[in-house]
Amino acid sequence: GLVGPVSAAGFSTDEKPNTFEEISNYNNFYEFGTDKADPARHARGLTIDPWSVEIGGLVDRPGSYPLDDILKGVALEERIYRLRCVEAWSMVVPWIGFELRTLLDRVGVQPAARFVAFETLMRPDEMPGQRQAILDWPYREGLRLDEALHPLTILATGLYDDPLPKQNGAPLRLVVPWKYGFKSIKSIVKIRLVDQMPQTSWNMANPREYGFYSNVNPAVDHPRWSQASERRIGSGFFAPRIDTLPFNGYADQVASLYAGQDLAVDF
Amino acid sequence: MIAQRINGALRPVPTGALYALGLVPLAILVAQAVTGGLGIDPVKVIEHRLGEVALQFLVAGLAITPLRRWTGVNLIRFRRAVGLLAFLYACLHLAVWVTLDLQFRWAEIGADIAKRPYITLGMAALVAMSPLALTSNTLAIRSLGAAAWGRLHRLTYLVALLAALHFLLLVKAWPVEPMVYLGLVLALLAVRAIGSPARASR
Repeated sequence: GLVGPVSAAGFSTDEKPNTFEEISNYNNFYEFGTDKADPARHARGLTIDPWSVEIGGLVDRPGSYPLDDILKGVALEERIYRLRCVEAWSMVVPWIGFELRTLLDRVGVQPAARFVAFETLMRPDEMPGQRQAILDWPYREGLRLDEALHPLTILATGLYDDPLPKQNGAPLRLVVPWKYGFKSIKSIVKIRLVDQMPQTSWNMANPREYGFYSNVNPAVDHPRWSQASERRIGSGFFAPRIDTLPFNGYADQVASLYAGQDLAVDF
Repeated sequence: MIAQRINGALRPVPTGALYALGLVPLAILVAQAVTGGLGIDPVKVIEHRLGEVALQFLVAGLAITPLRRWTGVNLIRFRRAVGLLAFLYACLHLAVWVTLDLQFRWAEIGADIAKRPYITLGMAALVAMSPLALTSNTLAIRSLGAAAWGRLHRLTYLVALLAALHFLLLVKAWPVEPMVYLGLVLALLAVRAIGSPARASR
């Protein structure tokens, strides 16, 4: 349905979502190639069943959790979020998913944990992009624990009323709507609770350009392009250019997480 | 000899044919745009494709002299068309960036040109191409004199280098394609430094 209990809670935007076709045919998922159309072309052969997620590190109940088991304990809901790519384009996506914190609560986060580290599947047989050293595979991402526990942070399993397309990170991906899209890691197979800031793929590739936090911030330019505005994908030649908002428009909900931090330094 | 047969076969071909051929990529692009064949984000595809075709013509232009020296195939007659087509595509590339991409946000456009190395390089390449395009006619060659004209048009080497770097610096990781273009440009410049093989040095 278009209006779930979540919309009532104010997490979903009322902006018009992009179409299923747009969302599933314009992807950055370098495991399947660097062209935006590559993932839709090459992700078909990915095996996503069976799927399990290894959850470990500073948790009370570590183990390999089958996806079915993970989904048994959660209530799926719709979240219509803005997605802002670091490349200065954006979309509006109606995800189906659940809050990451429900899973973290279930596995029992130990007091010493300060960060959450994620990893994408590494399977070059089925992910042709991994046969080239475009990035240091497997893809890695991370969040500070308070970011991971924030109610806006979800694990998505669906798009509109469908299961998540493989090119969008099936069967399970992270969505952190106030950060640049690459933080929302796809096809997750590992989650570790750790006490140190984990290594993240784009930061490893180019630390000057991609910070650990990577919060959407129009005031902090990418060294090679401006982040002041973005083109909203989906209107063909006349896709409007709009001003980029701090924290991608979620400042009311998340700015307090960064109180006292200089976001030009912690970019 | 194959080279002589190719040269012979090309002799009756008017240079105008190359202009017509050079506009084919543009025609295809327009046709695809009209029929919705450019995917989810047509603006980026058009912008990139125009830039890519410009770079291809630049590389092709750089290849003409070494091709004659090393193989005897003589395409010098078509070089002006190749250069002017490169300039046309580069101008269209800039126009799409200003209109459809940045949408006349002049403050951002100015900041981009001044601050972002890849845009600065791209802009510099286009600026450096302008005098070459303006003097790509027989009248200009005559009034400048062949020697001065030749010196001026060595700017092409710089233009090709800037354009290839512009492409390489705009991508996020290190994909193969921009490296191939830069490699080609460097190779075609290096070949000039090596000099000609004996048999062609007549």
